[in-house]
Amino acid sequence: MVRPMTTSARNLSELSPAEVALVEHVGGERAFRRRLMELGLVPGTRVELKAIAPLGDPLELLVRGSSLSIRRAEAALVLVTPGTTEVASAREQAPRTALPAAPVRGAP
Amino acid sequence: MNSGESASLVTAAPHAEPLAAPVVVLVGNPNVGKTSVYNRLTGERAHIGNYPGITVEQRSGRLTLAQHAAVTLVDLPGAYSLSARSAEEQIALEALLGLGGLPRRGLAVVVLDAGQLSRNLYLALQLLELGLNVVVALNMLDEVRENPPSPSALAAFLGVPVVVTDARRGVGFVELKQVIDRALGEPRHGHVTPVYPAALLADAARVAEALPPAWRDTDERNRALAFWALSSIEPDDELRDIPAPLRERCAEVRAAAEPRDLDRELIAARYAVIDGALDRLYTRVARHPPKRRASERIDRILLHPVWGFTVFLGMMVVLFQALFSWSDPAIGVIEQTVAWLSDKLTDLLPASILRDLLVQGVLGGVGNVVVFLPQILLLFLMIGLLEDSGYMARVAFLMDRILKTLGLHGRAFVPMLSGFACAVPAILATRTMERQRDRLLTMLVIPLMTCSARLPVYTLIIATLFPPSHLFGWLPLQGLLMVAMYGFAVVTTLVVALVLGRTAVKGRRVPLVLELPPYRLPSLGLTARTMLERASVFLKEAGTVILACTVALWALLAFPRPETPPDAPPSRAASAEVAPAAPNVRDVRATDPDVRQSPASAARAAEARIEGSYGGRLGKAIEPLFAPLGFDWKIDVGIIGSFAAREVFISTLGLVYGVGATDDVALPLREKLRQETVGDKPRYTPLVGLSLLVFFALSCQCMSTLAVVRRETRTWRWPAFLFTYMTALAYVLSFVVYQGGRLLGFE
Repeated sequence: MVRPMTTSARNLSELSPAEVALVEHVGGERAFRRRLMELGLVPGTRVELKAIAPLGDPLELLVRGSSLSIRRAEAALVLVTPGTTEVASAREQAPRTALPAAPVRGAP
Repeated sequence: MNSGESASLVTAAPHAEPLAAPVVVLVGNPNVGKTSVYNRLTGERAHIGNYPGITVEQRSGRLTLAQHAAVTLVDLPGAYSLSARSAEEQIALEALLGLGGLPRRGLAVVVLDAGQLSRNLYLALQLLELGLNVVVALNMLDEVRENPPSPSALAAFLGVPVVVTDARRGVGFVELKQVIDRALGEPRHGHVTPVYPAALLADAARVAEALPPAWRDTDERNRALAFWALSSIEPDDELRDIPAPLRERCAEVRAAAEPRDLDRELIAARYAVIDGALDRLYTRVARHPPKRRASERIDRILLHPVWGFTVFLGMMVVLFQALFSWSDPAIGVIEQTVAWLSDKLTDLLPASILRDLLVQGVLGGVGNVVVFLPQILLLFLMIGLLEDSGYMARVAFLMDRILKTLGLHGRAFVPMLSGFACAVPAILATRTMERQRDRLLTMLVIPLMTCSARLPVYTLIIATLFPPSHLFGWLPLQGLLMVAMYGFAVVTTLVVALVLGRTAVKGRRVPLVLELPPYRLPSLGLTARTMLERASVFLKEAGTVILACTVALWALLAFPRPETPPDAPPSRAASAEVAPAAPNVRDVRATDPDVRQSPASAARAAEARIEGSYGGRLGKAIEPLFAPLGFDWKIDVGIIGSFAAREVFISTLGLVYGVGATDDVALPLREKLRQETVGDKPRYTPLVGLSLLVFFALSCQCMSTLAVVRRETRTWRWPAFLFTYMTALAYVLSFVVYQGGRLLGFE
C-alpha cells in the first residue's frame, strides 16, 4: 500500500515519531554536514525519526541500522522527502543510493 | 586498482625487509567493542602514554605471535572517519601512516560491528584507499540474529582477510592472531574502488601535487591523502603541521570547484560502493537495517518521560551515594592506616627534621594521593558499567536539553554531578566526552561544585558565626545557609559556564552528534581494567604533583625551624612543636600522639611556631590584601594551609589558635573564634562568615584539582587559568559581600 508522498521537501525536525523519509540534502556548517554524511546520511538514505527526547530535544534518528541523536536545530538543516512507513519498508535504501555523487539533486 | 605489493608503505623499496619490531594499529568506530578486542589480543595491562603535544592518550601493549614475537599493538581512539577537524582527530591518520614522527606501522586491524556494517565499512574503505595492510575483525556477529552478513562475502568484497570475533566471550582470537601473523609477513591490500566523479579526481590530482614530500608515496595513497586533505583542511580547522602550500592548494581547489559540494561527492561515492555491495554481503536480499528489538523495548521505558526520568534519578542517586558515602569506609581505612604509619614512624625515628619531612611531608603527601583512590575507582566502576551498557549515551540524550543551555554537552552531566562529591574523580571523568572543547569547559566549571571537602569548612563557619535561630520562627537559619551554599554553587556554575564557553574556551561549537548504541551486558573485566588503568595513571601523573605540593606546603608551615625552647620536655613533646602543621590527609596529623597527649603548652608552642613560619609570615604579609574581605592574618594562614585540601583549613586554624589539631578541634575552635575580639567587638561577625563562605565556595583551594587538570590538559596553562579565574572571582565576590554588607550597616 503506497500512499502519495508529501510533495515538497521538509526538514528532519518536522517529522513525527516513527515517520520515515529519504535524505535530500544536508545543510549547515561544513564540519557538521561532513560528520552527518560520514555517519551515513548521504542523499537518498532512508532515515526514521525514532523518538524525541522527553524534554523535546534532541531527536533520535534511525539511520543504516544505528541510532543517532542530533539536536532539533541541526535536524532542521537536513532536508528530507517524507515517505510513509509502508513505502519505506517496501523499498530499502539500496536502489536509491546507487546514484553516486550525482550532481546536486534537490538541493535548495 | 589493486596495485599489488609495491603499493604498500611497509614493503615499499627502502623498507623491503620485515620491520624489526612491527607495530599493529587497532582502529574502529566507537561502540564496536574495540577495547575488548584490544584486551583480548594483548591480555596484559596497557601501557598508557601520550601522543606528543595533544591530549590524546596512546594505549599500547605487547602482542605475541608465532612468527613475530614482539609486536606492539596500539589502540587508536574510536572514530567514524579519518577526516579530521582537530589535532586530536588528526592523530588517527598520523598513527596509521607513521607520519609526524610516529613509528611506521606494519598492519591495521579494523574492528567492524556486524550490526552496523554499512556505516562501519566507511572507515574500512578509507584504510583500504590508503593502501594499508588491513585485517578485519568482524565483531558482534552474534548480535545479528536475522540475516547476518556473510564473512566470506565481506572478505571477497574488501580483498582482505576477515576474522569473526566475539570479544565478549573471547571467541576467534587464536585465529585473529594467526591471520595478523601471516599478514605481517605478506601484506595484502584491499581492492574496493569507489567510482569518483571525474571532476573530483581532477581536484584530488591537483591537491596531490601539493602534498609534502614526507607524505608522498604511491599514486593511490597520494590520491587518498589528497581526499583527506580536501575534506579535512579548512580555513579555521584546528589541525597541526599542515604545510602552507597544501593548505593554500586546498583552498584554491575548493574555491575553483564552487558550487560543487566536494564533501558530498566524496562521501556519497564511498557510500555508493558500500551500498552497491550490500546485496552480496547479506544472504537475504530484501534486507532491512537490522532491528534492535530488545534495545527498542528497553528504550521505551528508559527514555519514557516519566519512567525514564525516574530510573535516571535513581541511577544518579546511586552514583552520587557511591561517591559521597560508600567511599567513606575505604577513605577511613586509608586515613587510619596513614595515621598508624605516621605514629609508628614517629616512635621509631629520633626527632629530627628528617623525621618530620618523612612523616608529615612525604607520608602525608602519599596519603593525600591515595585518599582519592576509593572515589576514583568507584566512579570509574559506575562510568564503566553505564558506558558499557549503553546507558551513558541515554543519560546524555535525556539531559542534553538542559546542558545545551550552558553551552555544554549532555555527556557533561555525570562528571558535573560527581563534582558535588569531589572534583578530582569528576575531572578524570570528563574523558567520556569526545571533544576537547567540551572536556575543557567541563573541567573548568567542575571545581565550582560544592564538593564534600567544603562541607566541614561550611559547617565550622556556619555553626560558629551564625546563631541557631529560625527565620520567620520556623526556618532554621543554619540549615538554610547550607542549602543556600549549594544553590549558590549551581548558579555560579551556570553563569561561569556560559561566560567561559564564549570567551576563554575557544574552539568552534561543533553540533552534537550522539550515537545511542544498543544495550549490552556490561563486561566486568573490561570495567575493572579501565578502573585500574585510570587509577594507575592518576597515581603516576597527578600523584607526583600532589606529593610535591604537600611537601612544599609542609615546609612553608614548618620553617624556619625555631631554637628548641630550653624548657621543652625532651623527645615526644618536642616533636609536637617542631612539627606543626603539615597538610596531611584530612586530619591525619591531627592524630599525632604528641599533640593529642601534651595539653595546652604544646598547643601554645605550636601557635607561636606557626606564627613565625614562612606560612605565618606570608599570612601576615597578605593580610592587607585580604583585609577588605574581612579576613585577618590567621584566616589567611588557614587559607594557605587549605590549599592542600579545603578541610585542612580547620586543622590549620586550630594550630593558629593553639587549640591543637585533633579531630575534635572544631568545638574548642568555635569558642576561640567567637571570643576573638577587636577592641570590644567580636572579630568574626556573621558578615565575615558570609564573606568567608563565599570565598571558599569560589576559590580553587585544592592543589589536587589543579594537579588533575594539569594531567588531563597536558599543560600548566589551564590549571593556572583555573586557579586565577576562581581566585579572582572569589576575591571580588567576597569583597562585594563584605564591603556591601558594611555599607548596609552590618559589621
